[in-house]
Amino acid sequence: MKLLVCVSQTPDTTTKVKFSADNTAFDTNGVQYIMNPYDEWYALVRALELKEQLGGSVTLFHVGPKENETVIRKGLAIGADSAVRVDAVASSATFVAKQVAAYAKAENFDVVFMGKETIDYNGSEVPALTAELLDMPFISYANNLKMEGNSATLSREIEGGKETMEVDTPFVVSCAKDMAEQRIPNMRGIMMAKRKPINVIAAVAAEDLATIVRYDYPPEKTGVKLIDPENMDELVNLLHNEAKVI
Amino acid sequence: MAVLVYAESLTGSIKKSALEAVTYGKLAADALGTECIALTIGKADGAASLGQYGASKVYNVSTADNNFDSQVYAAVVADAAQKLGADTVVFSHSSTGKSLAGRVAIRLEAGLVTSVLTAPTNGFEVKKGVFSGKGFATYSISSANRVVTIAPNTFRPNASGSDATVETLDVAVPAGRVKVTGQATVDGVVPLPEAELVVSAGRGMKGPENWGMIEEMATILGATTACSRPVADIDWRPHHEHVGQTGVAIRPNLYIAVGISGAIQHLAGVNQSKVIVVINKDPEAPFFKAADYGVVGDLFDVVPRLNEALKKFKANN
Ligand SMILES: Cc1cc2nc3c(=O)[nH]c(=O)nc-3n(C[C@H](O)[C@H](O)[C@H](O)COP(=O)(O)OP(=O)(O)OC[C@H]3O[C@@H](n4cnc5c(N)ncnc54)[C@H](O)[C@@H]3O)c2cc1C
Ligand SMILES: Nc1ncnc2c1ncn2[C@@H]1O[C@H](COP(=O)(O)O)[C@@H](O)[C@H]1O
Repeated sequence: MKLLVCVSQTPDTTTKVKFSADNTAFDTNGVQYIMNPYDEWYALVRALELKEQLGGSVTLFHVGPKENETVIRKGLAIGADSAVRVDAVASSATFVAKQVAAYAKAENFDVVFMGKETIDYNGSEVPALTAELLDMPFISYANNLKMEGNSATLSREIEGGKETMEVDTPFVVSCAKDMAEQRIPNMRGIMMAKRKPINVIAAVAAEDLATIVRYDYPPEKTGVKLIDPENMDELVNLLHNEAKVI
Repeated sequence: MAVLVYAESLTGSIKKSALEAVTYGKLAADALGTECIALTIGKADGAASLGQYGASKVYNVSTADNNFDSQVYAAVVADAAQKLGADTVVFSHSSTGKSLAGRVAIRLEAGLVTSVLTAPTNGFEVKKGVFSGKGFATYSISSANRVVTIAPNTFRPNASGSDATVETLDVAVPAGRVKVTGQATVDGVVPLPEAELVVSAGRGMKGPENWGMIEEMATILGATTACSRPVADIDWRPHHEHVGQTGVAIRPNLYIAVGISGAIQHLAGVNQSKVIVVINKDPEAPFFKAADYGVVGDLFDVVPRLNEALKKFKANN
């Protein structure tokens, strides 16, 4: 199995979000980055499991500048064989998808793994864009994937339940919870990662069709109204008459 | 140039989220000075009713089946958009809509924004939540065609107009490569992403055997149950109930959190709820900072009392 795993990075989940004074940019000062949890915990680990079971290779793919290599190294330490980095700022989902497609087109990957979404911009865009550019079937929000020969059996999250399906390789899959169990890199993995290759390639031209023009903070909560724990009639009354939600 | 809304009907009838999508489509069409038309694929009972929510016409592609294959459906929607002269295509931000939006955007060379919260203004500027509810970003789409998915529980459908006529639309349906083998949904429960009322509990519950009172509250209210991540991880509750940054993100009208501390990753999935009620014995629990109403007390006393009060209220209303 020749497997590609696309990984993005995202601010650490506890990051305090700040914008520039004119509200046109995310203020990256002091922000710690992590690998997007869906990519690290689910997409990468399931790809590694398939490689262990069926043989083959796992290649990481990332669009981002050199400083993002920390995240790529972590993926290599968890067990990927090699990595490709497109040396460019990931300026939009369309831009990223075009990079993945341009690279993957000639490489004949059996499965292109992605995360279900990046938890900063919560886009859930790159996987479907990429699948269309590659003219491949796409299974989104998969929580189970089994391979037999070149055919796969999957299940995916749908509203209030799950759906199961079969598809032959090649295909694109975006991974959700339950796909695999998070792996923590060990010392040996970290040492070996230092010697694994990161192939840096130039970006193909691609236009951003949607761009951010402004950021805003959410409205401040006005403060919690505390209710006497003995008086739940009062809470019900407030929910009905004041908040009007029941 | 019309606004085309893909109205989901994978189970054979029009979904509630499709009514929201049409409601948005109408708002967008008004803002852009054009009309809103709806597209259904396969069996779609109730399609005519989309007229009541703002669709001036409803089209159905009857030659496609209800087994979802994003490749097939995207080809159908993109062809329909071209045939019907639509430059804006609207999807629900659902497992179906999210799988299609990107594909259709490529086919139409359209700019894409997902989970939008506002109708377009100023050319085509739309707002969405980013950084898990810690901010908003306004996107501008510069291309001639646009594709958006709309955030759930944001555009409340209000029936006003009359039914539309449903016309069959003739577009080529390519052969699919994904074979859907089964679909299992929990019957009679509103799925979490669509739920308007959610009752959720965390590790403060001490054990799965104590969940009876949470389920009772949900039954009284007609609410859907949810839980924090550790509770799903230790199998006190099923995984699909896990809300938060790595679980389901929800925006109900009312979120009642019982025995949940309010960690930032939990808040990330629920902080866009309209009204938040927190029940926790620790007055310092971070969740109170994000709450509208708070009860500081032992949940094992408070919840039964609240259930009694709710029952009394329901009996009189
Ligand atoms: C990358 C990452 C992603 C994560 N994603 C998620 C996510 O998606 N969703 C999520 O929920 N978590 C997530 N977490 C975990 C999160 O950080 C918290 O650990 C988790 O939300 C805590 O769950 P809890 O509030 O149920 O438990 P606890 O933190 O143990 O809180 C229990 C609460 O119950 C209260 N309590 C105890 N007994 C009683 C009583 N008798 N009466 C009233 N109150 C009582 C306590 O005061 C306490 O506040 C994530 C963590 C990481 C690192
Ligand atoms: N800069 C990037 N480089 C490589 N893969 C990416 C990048 N951004 C997003 N992806 C992939 O696309 C998935 C969904 O991202 P998004 O569409 O941004 O929510 C992620 O989980 C990654 O697998």
